[in-house]
Amino acid sequence: MVSDVGSVPPHGTSQAPRFAPGDRVQVAARPVLGHCRTPWYVRGKTGLIIAVHGRFRDPERLAYHRPGLPAQVLYKVRFHQRQVWSTYRGSNGDHIEVDIYEHWLEPAR
Amino acid sequence: MAKRAPATTAKTQPGTRSGAPKRQTKPRKGAGGRATHDVGGLTFGAIDRSEHDLALWEKRTDAMQRLLTSPGNRAFSVDGLRRVIEDYGEQVYDRTTYYEKWIRALRNLVVEQELLTRAEVEARMAEVRDRHAKSGRRVSKAKIAW
Repeated sequence: MVSDVGSVPPHGTSQAPRFAPGDRVQVAARPVLGHCRTPWYVRGKTGLIIAVHGRFRDPERLAYHRPGLPAQVLYKVRFHQRQVWSTYRGSNGDHIEVDIYEHWLEPAR
Repeated sequence: MAKRAPATTAKTQPGTRSGAPKRQTKPRKGAGGRATHDVGGLTFGAIDRSEHDLALWEKRTDAMQRLLTSPGNRAFSVDGLRRVIEDYGEQVYDRTTYYEKWIRALRNLVVEQELLTRAEVEARMAEVRDRHAKSGRRVSKAKIAW
């Protein structure tokens, strides 16, 4: 049996989120071995932090019956559709928002 | 039944839900690191948005998942379920329906977590097949690969 899997996310731990709404971030372009919740199409893309959802057990570890610690801060990140899809034909102002964990994000250069 | 939007519906053609899946395997393009399920942006045709009733076995599969991942049991997490499904090869992934993916993953996870042995699962399956065959029900000979 796995301990503490699926319990309430451990919000409110002392470690402050690395990013705040308004920060520009780049998603890591690294390949993945195993489970991850960062879609392929945003990897390497630059986006804007829109919201900080809180701290949650890491699904990449939970997927292998680990406790999912350290918990990861989850952000809502906004991307321009035109930057995500090279062939995008919609409006320049169209966005897509994706929930991404902190260990996938770096400050945008 | 609340509408669910499984990722697999993106690949479901109308009228192919029952019987043998008719979907074709689509090769995944792009850089390395794109897992089987991670198909956002690839072309899979129109999404089937029609409502459909779930079969009893599909409801039972859903219930089993909820029980096994519930706080009282925690046999594994839903992330574990996703991991097993995402590890399927493209052919299995593309040819199976939403709950077919789930039931295979649940079976494999209860063995992975040593709640049951593979031999116990297979013996029980053989028993159920026999029982159904004797009562005159049509029993599929197809086996779900481990």
